Amino acid sequence: MPTPIRLRDLIRNIRAAKTAAEEREVIQKECAEIRNGFREEDNIFRCRNVAKLLYVHMLGFPAHFGQMEVMKLVVSPRFTDKRIGYLGSMLLLDENREVTMLITNSLKNDLEHSSQYVVSLALCTLGNICSSEMARDLAQDVERIMRNGPAYLKKKATLCACRIIRKEPELIDNFIQLVPTLLNDKHHGVMLSGVAFVTEMCNISDEYTEKFRRSVPALVRMLKNLIMSGFSPEHDVSGVVDPFLQVRIIRLLRILGKNDSSSSELMNDILAQVATNTETSKNVGNAILYETVLTIMGIKSESGLRVLAINILGRFLLSSDKNIRYVALNSLLKTVHTDRNAVQRHRSTILDCLKDPDPSVLRRAVDLCFALINDQNVRGTMRELLIFLENCPSEFKSDVASNIVISAGRYAPNAQWHIDTILKVLTTGGNYVPDQTIPILIHLISSTASLHSYTVSQLFTAIKSNSLHQPLNQVACWCIGEYGEVLLTGSEYSDLVQPEEILKSLNSLCESHLSSTSTKSYAVNGIAKLANRLPTHLMPTIKRILARYGTSMNLELQQRSVEFSSLFNKHDDKRPGILERMPLFEKTEEERSYSESNDPAAGEKAASSAPAVNTAQQSALDDLLGLGDIGTGAPVATSAPAPVMNSSNLVRCGHDNNKPPPIAKRTPESERGPFSDPETTLRTIRQAASNSIPSFEPWCDDNLGMKMDFQKIDTNVLAINMTITNNSLAYEVTDFSFLAAVPKQLQINLAQPSSLSVSPQMTLSQQMRVNNPNKVALKMKCKMSYKLNGNPVGPIDKVIGNFPPSAWE
Amino acid sequence: MIKAVLIFNNQGKPRVTKFYQHYSEQDQQSIIEEIFALVSRREEGVCSFLEGGKLVGGSDYRLIYRHYATLYFIFCVDSSESELGILDLIQVLVEVLDRCFENVCELDLIFHMDKVHFILNEMIMGGMVLETSLSEIVSRYHEQEKICKQEIGFSKTPSMVAGALKSIELPNLKNELKNIELPKLPSLRR
Repeated sequence: MPTPIRLRDLIRNIRAAKTAAEEREVIQKECAEIRNGFREEDNIFRCRNVAKLLYVHMLGFPAHFGQMEVMKLVVSPRFTDKRIGYLGSMLLLDENREVTMLITNSLKNDLEHSSQYVVSLALCTLGNICSSEMARDLAQDVERIMRNGPAYLKKKATLCACRIIRKEPELIDNFIQLVPTLLNDKHHGVMLSGVAFVTEMCNISDEYTEKFRRSVPALVRMLKNLIMSGFSPEHDVSGVVDPFLQVRIIRLLRILGKNDSSSSELMNDILAQVATNTETSKNVGNAILYETVLTIMGIKSESGLRVLAINILGRFLLSSDKNIRYVALNSLLKTVHTDRNAVQRHRSTILDCLKDPDPSVLRRAVDLCFALINDQNVRGTMRELLIFLENCPSEFKSDVASNIVISAGRYAPNAQWHIDTILKVLTTGGNYVPDQTIPILIHLISSTASLHSYTVSQLFTAIKSNSLHQPLNQVACWCIGEYGEVLLTGSEYSDLVQPEEILKSLNSLCESHLSSTSTKSYAVNGIAKLANRLPTHLMPTIKRILARYGTSMNLELQQRSVEFSSLFNKHDDKRPGILERMPLFEKTEEERSYSESNDPAAGEKAASSAPAVNTAQQSALDDLLGLGDIGTGAPVATSAPAPVMNSSNLVRCGHDNNKPPPIAKRTPESERGPFSDPETTLRTIRQAASNSIPSFEPWCDDNLGMKMDFQKIDTNVLAINMTITNNSLAYEVTDFSFLAAVPKQLQINLAQPSSLSVSPQMTLSQQMRVNNPNKVALKMKCKMSYKLNGNPVGPIDKVIGNFPPSAWE
Repeated sequence: MIKAVLIFNNQGKPRVTKFYQHYSEQDQQSIIEEIFALVSRREEGVCSFLEGGKLVGGSDYRLIYRHYATLYFIFCVDSSESELGILDLIQVLVEVLDRCFENVCELDLIFHMDKVHFILNEMIMGGMVLETSLSEIVSRYHEQEKICKQEIGFSKTPSMVAGALKSIELPNLKNELKNIELPKLPSLRR
């Protein structure tokens, strides 16, 4: 058996391979040799073989056969073997494998080894791949080292303890008394790990945050010593003393000072000192300043300090270093909701950042711009954003377009500006505009009756220039179909247009191969509606156009064409009624007054409503509209489908005009504008969330199927509508009786069923009300009996336990 | 927490990879490919921060990278780490490598991947920063290397002998015996 080759020879061979296939061959050959070596229990060269195995593992080749060898290396007495063995265990094993448990014994032995480097190897491995069981077994040894070991081992043991408590939080009590000594140690490494350990504990649970507030004075003193201590060569990085430790301490102060005014007061001085004294010419100084700014904004600091912080961020924004600018934008985004006015001062710089070529900076700047829009600056900001939309990289376009539409809806000063903006979005955003914005726009147009002529003329000119943008075309088709007669008379916005022109423009959209199916469908609808609006000599042309699609391969177009044609041919008397102008949509928003119009008081109310509530309802709006968030990041768990979906249905089946538009069943009050009382808004959001309890089928068999629909009448009362379906094909169900009982803390009221007999494939319904003041889990015991075709069935006893949790929570 | 430390060259070949969270081997390779695709597309002069790819983990993760000559040093971190601090940490790592390997270049990293891991283990443990002082890290590393060298010195002899014995080649005597020429000894007969 020849000596296994050295690692560096293997690497040389791999590098000498000219193609990937050759490389694979070399590696596979060597893996076979290594496997032979393992099989022969070669003790002397095992270390070398495992090192080679780790190398090929990094290149992506399978190395699982080395796991047991790693174990054998770890128990060897030689330091070199142990080193490679532990490295291999960190790279090849992980906490999910049972094999890892086998190391526990050797780890235990090595944690008590006399050489500190062996102990450090064991601690390192434990810190990287510790599992819950290993944590429990070895916590004692780690604690011993934290207490008594040299500084080199103390710091490793502390970080090891961090991982242990992450895996098994109950073990925190073993370590918690050691913290004060750790923080008082002179060695910077130990201080660093100590602070990291405290941070970890605070992340796990808030009660530790409470406990450690006591050590804020000690931390402040630590930081002061660092700053005042002068030059210390071993911890110096570019002229600043141990910046990593400073950053860590400042971050911990942030966690401890959050929402607590007394600790925040203690920190004010030191934070001000750091903020003013740190040198900003190098990156390290900036790192410390950045952390300080985040802390000042995160705790309950005094207002002078906050102004200082925002000014530092403003300075960062003007820096020439891209990294600093990115970091500044990021932190401004985090603080914009609490200190909106201060950030407004830097709005112009932020708008300038929109011209930066770096996509990371752009993304931050865009999010920040949207967060900063308010009633006063909406015009200027929107102008910049629209210019940005034209030139930005395509991955941004759809987000920016949808956010512009939402913001325009929220802050538009008047209706004309609103419609203008959205038209501009449609023309510049092109095909990136998401589909949900189309119903919004249509709704908006229909509700502003005064601007119909303006809107239609703009849209008509837009599509005349042969636009390829599908969303624009769809909106245009709908508008022209509805309000086309305005164009016939001419107005201040456009000249008189011949009716043939109108028809031709819609027809060309229909015929163009570049139009999508939905655009063509919109166009067909529009043409049909024009039959009412245009002079009657064009009726034959319209009929001809519509009939053309009667044989279309596309089902949607074919159906529309055939139905319209039959409407025109057979039921022409009903046509005017059906195709008349659509009534205004059921209001899904409260009457929203524009901020510039008649209500200056309303505008002030909007500005003063709590930003937190705005965030909640803005995100509710976002979620409901399904248009993504603007970086507010506050998720609201509503599953109410977007009410705008209903309006899109209305648009699609425009010829069903004589039916009242379907009313959105979900509570639309959650979409109220920003003028309402914050408490009721939150309550209605919660109600809207709770309205959407999924319906539930507790039971179904060959004869009867049971289905329950839920609705919360009040916070404690649940209304259940139970539907019983007769599943049999021929037999009649008669004498149906249903009894129900609920646990003691609940009350149930049964109403009379709609009928006592059910024909085949028909249903009956029964209402029930459950009063659940203590929010106990809902369970129901029911007894049913009926007669199927004269034969009595039952009584059937059933316990229903798996109601959807939202029904009783 | 630091999720991963990756060093790869301009062509995307991994030189050192360390993951502080468990990913399967296949996942590890796809993560490396994805990150390389993201990072190589960046031009010079843009900032060093990238939003993380889909594989490594959602929006919370950030890639912080630095490009030195032929190598990319990439740290994948979550939001609890300070971005500028990690940039400094990369700088410290490179300086440490420079001190330990004496004017480090890519070849050093290629041939001494295990040593780079040992150095990394002195600086980062379990995804958290352990030690940032240059001199401390370098001195500890040198001490451990000394121990290894001593051990190799002691045990080199037996392993050398064993190695030599294994590869010894006995001369092929059969053929030589055939052709052996006996010396012409003077005849002892009178």
